[in-house]
Amino acid sequence: MDIHDRILYFLDLHRNGLTVLALSLLLAVYPLAYGNPYILGLTNLIGIYTIVVLGLNLFIGYAGQISLGHAAFFALGAYGSAVLTVKWGVWPWPAIALVALATAMIALLVGIPALRLHGHYLAMATLGFNIVIYTVLVQWDELTGGPSGFAGIPALSFGAWQFDSDLKLHYLVWSAALICLMLGLNLVRSGVGRGLAALAGDEVAARSLGVDTRRAKVKVFVLSAVLASLAGSLYAHTFGFVSPDTFGIFASVDFVTMVVVGGLGSVWGSLFGAALLTWLPEFIDVFESYKDIIHGLILVLVLLFLPKGLVTGLIDLSRVRLARWRQRRA
Amino acid sequence: MLDVLSVCRNFGGLPALSDVSFSLQRGRVTALIGPNGAGKTTMINCITGVDIPDAGRVDFAGEDITGLPAYQVARLGISRTFQNLKLFPRLSVIDNVLCGLTVQGGQSMLGALLRPPRVRNRERRLRLLAMAALDRFGLTELADWPVDVLAYGDRKRVELARAVVSEPRLILLDEPVAGLNHEETSTVAKEIRALRAQGYTLLLVEHDMDLVMRVSDHVVVLDGGRCIAGGTPDEVRRNPLVLEAYLGRTGAMA
Repeated sequence: MDIHDRILYFLDLHRNGLTVLALSLLLAVYPLAYGNPYILGLTNLIGIYTIVVLGLNLFIGYAGQISLGHAAFFALGAYGSAVLTVKWGVWPWPAIALVALATAMIALLVGIPALRLHGHYLAMATLGFNIVIYTVLVQWDELTGGPSGFAGIPALSFGAWQFDSDLKLHYLVWSAALICLMLGLNLVRSGVGRGLAALAGDEVAARSLGVDTRRAKVKVFVLSAVLASLAGSLYAHTFGFVSPDTFGIFASVDFVTMVVVGGLGSVWGSLFGAALLTWLPEFIDVFESYKDIIHGLILVLVLLFLPKGLVTGLIDLSRVRLARWRQRRA
Repeated sequence: MLDVLSVCRNFGGLPALSDVSFSLQRGRVTALIGPNGAGKTTMINCITGVDIPDAGRVDFAGEDITGLPAYQVARLGISRTFQNLKLFPRLSVIDNVLCGLTVQGGQSMLGALLRPPRVRNRERRLRLLAMAALDRFGLTELADWPVDVLAYGDRKRVELARAVVSEPRLILLDEPVAGLNHEETSTVAKEIRALRAQGYTLLLVEHDMDLVMRVSDHVVVLDGGRCIAGGTPDEVRRNPLVLEAYLGRTGAMA
């Protein structure tokens, strides 16, 4: 094969590794040139959402399930870290781990009965869970600060060195997000990932191939809850303030929209979906007041015209175009 | 190898299977035939744990497997293909075949996330096995294609490769040539004979009498949920009960 083919083959073989490398370089360099704290605050939020959306994408996109309650796990992480560090004086790092563990337990307790349900019923069950958690956040004000929120969450630190500026937080958040993305890429290339795809494709066939579908569903649900919890903890320590509004059912719907827009079953799509839907409202003012309507509209349009999501859909589309173009040239 | 003992299954009072018994011999091809609605698919479902018999038992290699969940039956070494093809449309051909190796277990979530060298080597080994299975069915060229763009005959072969790749102790083929043309049917017949020559045990559920007669060592005939005959293809072909079941009770054609 000639050099041209070799290069293409190399790129294709190492596409994930190369994408990670390119993205890391970009993320490492751009804040030095473009260190506007407002923009960094926004990209930090994107990094945090990417982690939630990745977990949710494994659950919805790969395993073919549905959850309209992932903002609740995000909330458990954020409020867990806030309460543990401020009220009980636990160190932030171990608090993150403890909260993630507790969230995993809760996800297990919710998941075992809820994941016997399918489709709309599962959506309703997870939505109900989100409403319960949201109500607790609003009502239990001596612990959570109620509707006005919870302030004064300490920054993360190594000894005396604190993650107290947007720039430092940028590196922290995006290291976490990139690590999670790489773990996700590993998962979907493994036997476990194929088991999940099998389960999404046809449960009877998956079982006949030795996949314990009930367990597999619970496991990926717990994994996605843990990712949401970690993202929640990061959110709390990044912004120092949490309030219930960030964690309502519309936040859950936004996460699902990010998954769908980015691409069902696409690890990189998670990043793209989170970025697009977090960034768009900053550019277009109408978004501010009609956010939910516009998100709904985007969701419907994407599902109608690019059911695999924007990234996956556009890649497929360009592949077809490329193949046709090559055919014409040949 | 596999013993079905007086299995009964009713659907809302209607017997789909009543008192069905038969045995599969190791290394042989057994065919399960019968007119539509005879209970063939119910039988397969009862063997593979997709359905649970109301009475009777199923023994596999001396072990009672009645009522075991499907994924455990699969892990014991019983693999199957499906009448209407159950491939995973989002996955490529090779990934579909790799799914056939899930039965080997040994997959932890943590291992999958962190992908240590142990897992990486295992994945490489599994991939070689899958490539060998693709090669066997002439699918090597299609390895990276998504399955939903493949021709029907190719998809059938992918499903066969997926069923064979884990070297199961028993393979159930549910209508492997339904919808295939004459040429493709003889290819499948060749493949079935090749599997038998390698020592595989097969249970074949099929409508295509020609194929059944060509490849089976033993034929079991179901009609109306009952086992009405069993024997070599020649014996079954001459059995008046079988002719009656297939051609009607007028006797005009027999």
